[in-house]
Amino acid sequence: MANISRRQLLRTGLAATAMITATRCARSEAPVGTPNNPATGPQVNTNQIKDVTLRFIGTGVSQINEVKKKAEEDLGFKLNMRALSTEQNNQIAITQPGQYDIFDGEYFSLPLVIPSGNLQAIDIKRITNYDKIVPFFTSGKFNGMPVEQSQGTAPYKVQYLTGADSKEFSSTPTDYATMIPFQYNADTLGYRPDLVGRKIESWAELFNPEFKGKTSILDIPQIGIMDAAMVAEAAGLMKFGDKGNMTREEIDQITNILIERKKDGQFRAFWKTFDESVNLMSSGEVVLESMWSPAVTAVKAKGLQCVYAPLKEGYRGWGGGIGLSKNLSGVSLDAAYDYMNWMLDGWVGAFLGRQGYYSAAPETAQKFMKPEEWSFWYEGKVASTDMVDPFGKTLEKQGAKRDGGSFEERFGNIVVWNSTMKENTYLVQKWNEFIAS
Amino acid sequence: MICLRSIDRPKTDRHPYNLTLSTLPKTNTHISPIHSPPIYPSTHPPIHSMSRLTKTLTPYLLAAPQTLVFLLFLVFPIVLIFIVSFWQFNGYSMTPAFTTDNYMAIFTSKVSFLTYLNTFKYVLLVWFFCLAIAFPVAYFLAFCIESQAVQIALFLICTIPFWTSNIIRMISWIPLLGKEGLVNQFLINLGVINAPLEFLLYSDFAIVLAMVHLFTFFMIAPIFNSMMRIDRNLIAAARDMGASGFEVLKEVILPLTAPGIAIGSIFVVTLVMGEFVTVQLMGGGQSASVGKLIQTQIGSLQYPLAAANAVILLIVTLILVAAILRVVDIRKEL
Repeated sequence: MANISRRQLLRTGLAATAMITATRCARSEAPVGTPNNPATGPQVNTNQIKDVTLRFIGTGVSQINEVKKKAEEDLGFKLNMRALSTEQNNQIAITQPGQYDIFDGEYFSLPLVIPSGNLQAIDIKRITNYDKIVPFFTSGKFNGMPVEQSQGTAPYKVQYLTGADSKEFSSTPTDYATMIPFQYNADTLGYRPDLVGRKIESWAELFNPEFKGKTSILDIPQIGIMDAAMVAEAAGLMKFGDKGNMTREEIDQITNILIERKKDGQFRAFWKTFDESVNLMSSGEVVLESMWSPAVTAVKAKGLQCVYAPLKEGYRGWGGGIGLSKNLSGVSLDAAYDYMNWMLDGWVGAFLGRQGYYSAAPETAQKFMKPEEWSFWYEGKVASTDMVDPFGKTLEKQGAKRDGGSFEERFGNIVVWNSTMKENTYLVQKWNEFIAS
Repeated sequence: MICLRSIDRPKTDRHPYNLTLSTLPKTNTHISPIHSPPIYPSTHPPIHSMSRLTKTLTPYLLAAPQTLVFLLFLVFPIVLIFIVSFWQFNGYSMTPAFTTDNYMAIFTSKVSFLTYLNTFKYVLLVWFFCLAIAFPVAYFLAFCIESQAVQIALFLICTIPFWTSNIIRMISWIPLLGKEGLVNQFLINLGVINAPLEFLLYSDFAIVLAMVHLFTFFMIAPIFNSMMRIDRNLIAAARDMGASGFEVLKEVILPLTAPGIAIGSIFVVTLVMGEFVTVQLMGGGQSASVGKLIQTQIGSLQYPLAAANAVILLIVTLILVAAILRVVDIRKEL
């Protein structure tokens, strides 16, 4: 230590100061593209985008490696995907905004996520295929079918913000979107025809004593309550003003009905995750339960019969899309817009279509699907060849028909959507009572 | 097991205070006399008081790192949970305000009461069956096996279930106990039953079974440990005095094993009190425990309510542990 002379110390100090000053000057604080730090040219921008990594959070349904690989190939930047449960996804979106760039979530989560201020408005003018999105999302219209009057958190109700920095939903279209949709489906009850022995045509069957000890409902309060409401209404047990926004009295009444049924031994189990529902059905523990479309496919893939029943009362819908984190800016934000445009370009839509989901922009997806795939998945026609999913597994044999028919028949008949109600806290409390009773 | 045997030292050595003094501060007390010439303490008080100061401070300094870790990772989170339990919340955010609503909601709710009762039921059943299985197993290992090598081997066999994750072990019960599972098929093929037994899976039976399966070892290990440290001469003496096998068990082994049973009970009780995965998987989501209640509340972003529940759960668990410690004085035997 003593060997360091004062001169040396001075010299080192000066050099260090010079270096810091130099780097400080070179690295301008202003974002790229602003007057203080102009973008130097397209060449530089493409190079910069290579270094971008967009961090996604989303449910397992959409965090798929094949999509990630294709997007990275086509777009030139990196994606980092995290598959979470619906609950975790909402939790992180609301409480840990620094953890993600892209929120890949469901529309029914938006009444919780938007007020947290963690998402930024999407500028619709920058979305090239926005007009190709199914009008139900963008204008609430769909050929005058029941879906136009559907209850619950219908995507259209939470699609627009009143302004660029707003945390309030606009009831009429604006230039500022909360999310850009990419997949959605019409959910219903699934059953094992070999064990049930007849056709299931009404939600009411879930409470039919014939299936005592052999039914199941999903244990996610915001979704389970909607299924329960469909069943109670179909069975004539009670009526709702708005199933998507129940009053406390209605919540009390429906949970009491559920508790009664549970005490009678109607249910075999409740499920929380996708694989639980598949296991319940494929092991024969239950013969009729609330299900998700890919779960039905997974049961079928095990060589068992499983029907995704078209029910006369209609479907419960859900929609998923991606929203932008407040933290995104500059090149990363550009990359995020690139991704959204790519998402609506058709490749992803076709990929999802082959799994039985619907693409937000069916028109573009069609270009990437074989005609026989299109006519099976979207037009509800008989499969002229075996239907193979994007992972190479045969989902449907030649000659099969999609449960519930065409896109219009299924999607148009959504009467209620997964929903976050005003009385959400109360609902969760009552739902816990039902589970604990 | 070698370690378990090596603990058999005179009691004074095992006292924590003695341990610190005899092992660690040696350096100070021994080095200082060498460096400083042998002078009477009264003539040079500063040196002496310094060494005395270090002597007094050393144990505290040595304990400091662990205390810090303990404060940071245990006390601080609990304090935070305690604070949050008084906050207000809506669907998407919590507000730092003081409200007792969360506690009121829990104390006035019939559901929380029933859920606690249900949890106690699991605790009692699981504790009972764990003890009923662990005691004979530990007894067999400690007293019936002569060779130490065989003892070690058998003890290790008890740990084999821990080589896979809890969840995998639980899921493996499902194909065994299900309606179309192995047990039901076997019974139907034998003609014992006509229809599958439904209570085997997705029931309290399944929950208790899985938890006993998961937690018995936590009972075996401490009981075995206590038994290994029983002086064999005591048993020989009892026999010489004409005690029967049962009397030896009752008068000698059981009292001397009590601390082991207490430690095992603390493990089992605390584990079952906080359990939610087994309750979800084996109960098919139809049964509730306090842990599962908290999980559901967290899932619905009701953090303050979940925090209030966690605080109550912690207090109840501590009361249970205190009750166990009142019955058996663990320290006497450690």
